[in-house]
This record gives sequence, structure tokens and C-alpha cells, in this order.
Amino acid sequence: MDLDKNMKILIVDDFSTMRRIIKNLLRELGFTNTYEADDGTTALPMLKKGGFDFLITDWNMPGMTGIELLRAVRADPDLATLPVLMVTAEAKREQIIAAAQAGVNGYIVKPFTANTLKEKIERIFERVRAGD
Amino acid sequence: MEQEQRKQRYLEMAQAISERIGAGDMEGVERLVDELTHIRETELFRELGRLTRELHESLKTFRLDSRLAELTEHEIPDARERLNYVITMTEQAAHRTLAVIEDTMELTSSLVSRSGELRSAWSRFRSRQMSVDEFRQLSHQLDEFFAQVEQQGSQVQDKLTEALMAQGYQDLTGQIIRKVIRLVQDVEESLIELVRISGSRKTAENSEAADNSKEPAQKDEVTAGSGPRIPGRSNDDEYVHDQDDVDALLSSLGF
Repeated sequence: MDLDKNMKILIVDDFSTMRRIIKNLLRELGFTNTYEADDGTTALPMLKKGGFDFLITDWNMPGMTGIELLRAVRADPDLATLPVLMVTAEAKREQIIAAAQAGVNGYIVKPFTANTLKEKIERIFERVRAGD
Repeated sequence: MEQEQRKQRYLEMAQAISERIGAGDMEGVERLVDELTHIRETELFRELGRLTRELHESLKTFRLDSRLAELTEHEIPDARERLNYVITMTEQAAHRTLAVIEDTMELTSSLVSRSGELRSAWSRFRSRQMSVDEFRQLSHQLDEFFAQVEQQGSQVQDKLTEALMAQGYQDLTGQIIRKVIRLVQDVEESLIELVRISGSRKTAENSEAADNSKEPAQKDEVTAGSGPRIPGRSNDDEYVHDQDDVDALLSSLGF
């Protein structure tokens, strides 16, 4: 399937190494229009400014966590339909359930593989399109 | 201040006693001495009462401070386990990266040496020092070499992605170490509290300061996140173990 390689993606993680890893993986997949934020508090204003097509976020971050960011995104009428992929080390069942209930589009546990990221992104946009 | 008052009081009593003695009023002297003893006893009892109360308070607080017991019994061994896991993870990541480097070096060096051989053959052809048969062979070798570059080149790309992914350890171990740092801080605070209690000078200011040091409005554990799963712990069944588990759980929720 053809994804829009120019889509604007925001990567949110408090560890700069992980942001760099995800950014590089996305570039390998052909996505170069990527931006970074180090927690929900910095990410939310960026998202509100508009233009983002996809959000990839960690869970455990100082300040505003990923789940709080997800809830804030879903509560904002302009952002409510933004596809959100969670990439996190949080592996408790109740957390995954909480994320699903908050309206996450995909959930990847760290450590993950390049292929998992590719698969989940493709799957998310397949569904987004099917829902259109 | 209190001492000054006491001094004044003793001085007044002593003067009164000496006046009575001078006046030959022995009954009055007896009465004043009794009064003096009474003052002394009241002070003693009051001091004793204060000490008893403090001791009682200290013992009560000490018993209530089960946090320290909890820390020693569970969280310190737990932190040890976490730090050991950090060693394992960093070791694995280093080996994974080193293996990639070794493999990549092998892949590129075979390409470099093969291209050197072919380049000298190619330059013989360019200077017309090559027979038709030799050229036919060279042409075949070049075909093979292009295929080799393509294949090994893509292997190198895969290896580099592998090295990229291996760096994820920094995030995971960082999260674990942060938790241990918080624990060390917790232990430190509990120890300071213990020193304060045993120092028996429990003033209102101190307990107020201790209350203020607690973080306001803590997030619940689910929202705040608990960091990576540490393998082999008792609450293991609360966690998913890999991406397949996550996918299964989500699909059971209708995802």
C-alpha cells in the first residue's frame, strides 16, 4: 500500500536516543517530515498548532505522560481523530487496556523491531483509510 | 529566661528564710524549706513527664515508620535486581552492536578487496592488454560483482538497522536507573527522619518541613507508568511479555 511519505509526524519521548532511533527507522521507511518533543507538555502545543498527521509517543515521561497526552488529544475537537501510536516499555496489561480505552491506534512494547514499527504504521493507516 | 526566673525565685526564698532565722521564727523556716522542696519536686516531675511523653511519641512514630522496614525488606533487594538487569541489558546491547560491527567489517572488506582485483583487471582492459577470452571472463566476473555489491550492501543496511535498534537499551536502562535513584532518595529521607526522631528534638517546624517535602498530588501508578518489566519477578503475570502478547490482548479487546 502507498502511504503518504510526506506526512508530518511528531515523535514524543523523553530519551533523545529513542527519538533518534524512531526518527531513523521512519527515514528508512521513507518518512522524513518528522518532528520531536520530549514530553506531553511540549508536544501538545505543537500538535495544537496543527498540521500533524501522525503522533508516536512514549508513555513514561516527566511532566505530562503519554497516556495523558493521548487523552488530551482525544478531548481536543481539532485533534480527536489524529492517529496515535504508543511505543513504550510499559507492559502491564491494565496499561494496555487503559491505552485502548483512551483511543490509541496502536501499541508497541519496547524493545521492538524495525519490522514491528513498519507493520503497525501500515495497519493504522489501512484502518484510517477504511474508516474514511 | 526560665532559668533567670528560677534564680530570682530561689534568691527571694533564701532571703525570706534568712529573715525568718534572724527573727527566730523556726516554724516559718520549716514552712519555707518545705515550700522550696515542693518547687524542686514539681520541676523534676514536670521534666520527667516531658521526657516520658517524648519517648512515647518517638516509639509511636518509630513503629509507624514501617516505610524504612519496607525499604530494607523489599525495595533494596528489588533495586539490586533492577541494577543487575541493567548490567545484563547493557552487556547484551554492547555485544549486539559489536557483532554488527564485526559482521559489517567482514562484508565491506570482502567488497573492497574484490573491487581492487577487478579494478586492476579493468585497467588492463582499458589499456588494451586483454585478450578476448580474458575479457569474456572479466565481464562475467563484473556481473557477479554487481550482484555481490547489491546483496552485501543490503546486508550491511540490515546490520546497521540492527545496531540502531540495539541503542534502545539506553532508554530502557535509563528508566530503570531513574527508579533506583528515586529509591535511594527515599531511603535517604527515611534515614534523616530516623535520625531526627532519635535526636528527640521533634519540633513543630521539623515535622512541617517533612510534610512539605512530600510531592503534591501524586499521579496514580497506571498513569505515571512503572517502567520496563524486570524478568523473573513475582508479579510477572501482570505484564505482557512481548509484542505478540500485546497484539493478542488488543485483539481480545476488539482491536
